[in-house]
Amino acid sequence: MSEKQATQRSGNSFRFITIVVGITAVATIGITALLVNIYEHKQEARNPFYRVVELTDTTEASETWGKIFPMQYDDYLRTVDQERTKYGGSEAMPQTPTQADPRSIVAQSRLEEDPRLKTMWAGYAFSKDFRKKRGHAYMLDDQMYTERQIVTHQPGTCLHCHASIYLPYKRLGEGDLIKGFDKMNQLPYFEARKLVTHPVSCIDCHDPNTMQLRVTRPGFLEGIRALKASQGIKDYDVNTMATRQEMRAFVCGQCHVEYYFKGTEKRLTYPWAKGIKIDSIMAYYEEIKFKDWVHAETGAEVLKAQHPEFETWNQGIHARSGVSCADCHMPYKRVGALKISDHNVRSPMLDINRACQTCHKWSEQELKERVEIIQDRTFRLRNLAMDALIALIGDIKKAKEDGKSDTALAVPRNYQRKAQFYLDFVESENSTGFHAPEESARILGESINFTRMGQVAVREVIIK
Amino acid sequence: MLSKSNFIILIGVMAGLVIGLGCYTFIYAKGYSYLTDDPSACANCHVMSQQYNGWIKSSHRSVAKCNDCHTPASFVGKYATKASNGFWHSFYFTTGWFPDNIQINERNTKVAEQACQKCHQDIVDAIDGPHQQANKTPCITCHKSVGHME
Repeated sequence: MSEKQATQRSGNSFRFITIVVGITAVATIGITALLVNIYEHKQEARNPFYRVVELTDTTEASETWGKIFPMQYDDYLRTVDQERTKYGGSEAMPQTPTQADPRSIVAQSRLEEDPRLKTMWAGYAFSKDFRKKRGHAYMLDDQMYTERQIVTHQPGTCLHCHASIYLPYKRLGEGDLIKGFDKMNQLPYFEARKLVTHPVSCIDCHDPNTMQLRVTRPGFLEGIRALKASQGIKDYDVNTMATRQEMRAFVCGQCHVEYYFKGTEKRLTYPWAKGIKIDSIMAYYEEIKFKDWVHAETGAEVLKAQHPEFETWNQGIHARSGVSCADCHMPYKRVGALKISDHNVRSPMLDINRACQTCHKWSEQELKERVEIIQDRTFRLRNLAMDALIALIGDIKKAKEDGKSDTALAVPRNYQRKAQFYLDFVESENSTGFHAPEESARILGESINFTRMGQVAVREVIIK
Repeated sequence: MLSKSNFIILIGVMAGLVIGLGCYTFIYAKGYSYLTDDPSACANCHVMSQQYNGWIKSSHRSVAKCNDCHTPASFVGKYATKASNGFWHSFYFTTGWFPDNIQINERNTKVAEQACQKCHQDIVDAIDGPHQQANKTPCITCHKSVGHME
């Protein structure tokens, strides 16, 4: 063998060894990476849960709860996101901060989008400022800085649903929740505002020891008791008698409901003593002759409906099938091997896979279209009802200007009261009909009929 | 310079390392369980726990296991399907590129559809009638809860 051949052979074997080592190294890296990945997945399945702080019935800040439940807390913080769907949500509208309103970003005005609302609410604070909804994170600020606070003096009652209220009530009532509730209702808003710190927090819906859902807001505790009494169930205690699945809707129903302030004490009350359908609610208001305000243009004693999501959902097919609020608005998600509820409470249209496809095996596009068909139809009907109502308001206004007496106008005004409440019940509800499509359409149909009867009544007044 | 025998030893050591590590990973990940018929193997990685729990409560739990409906009847078909699904499931589970509510693909839908006929041929024939239809309604359109609800 010549020296040249020997060098060549040595070079060849060196190259060969390099290749073998290279291949082995890559294979080893791949297998080890897979091994570690499998190991990590197995660790995830162990459901790690560390009680690093002690939670008690006085732990107010969600941040503290978040130390034990970082994943839920992380989602909860995301409710600051502003995202639109076709009819809901809101764009983040820039605003120049002022002394009275330091917010630099707000939701867009619904009054500017649809000026008919100003006519419907003429003489009421809602005709001054009414905006699209934002996430839970904004509940305290958006209520504090709305122009409605300037044009009218609101009571401390409002904070029942615009703040984490469980502990402030207990502190004010010296340990008694209901006593604190009664006291705060009677304070002026800005005085009561000093007693609260946080928007909705963990403690508002969860028991700090067991993490089980619980209702803490007096309005719902009493409202559901009245409703159940009307169904023949006495002394209903929601926290001991409701099922887990019911609680997944009831904790939301603590606030997403129709309500009124009872008497001079401004006691927050849910009008469910006769039932939870709109007709029962209307009958209840008629019986106690309640009015929110007197309409500035017609002199009618009218009502303002407010976000009756819980009532509307109750009339829909989802409620009937046992699907709760949390199933769609806080769908289960997988974090590692853990299954948790998404605490970024938001429109199901922003997470169709998790929210809808658990049950509905259709494409996301198809499901979105189905929802929007329902909403388009409801919105069309809502617009028809709104046009009709505005015409009725115009007719009564004219009759009043022509000198017709209050006695003569009583009947048309009562029809306006009903038509307006029925329309507002769908208008102020946050699903554009989706929570109960047929019921929403029926309510709008009833509203249009009340308007029709109101216009017939005005005609009779004019002819006389 | 390496002698020929040293060279073979080197390659042997390297191959042994890779094989050893590979075997350990395979056993650690319960890879062997995927060659069995045991339904709990399908929930090893906890992605299909819901489907597994649903199956335990379903009407078919005592007559059909996962493989009876989700793999073809023939030996080759069965292991080819297991190999293909095994690879892709591992791939997506490792990368995490899949939706929370997992969705069956077209090929596996066909496998499941044909599986219904393995046992219910008579009924299916009676429904289909003598005419070959282009777009037959899949069994699970109406009977989606028989195997597992979720």
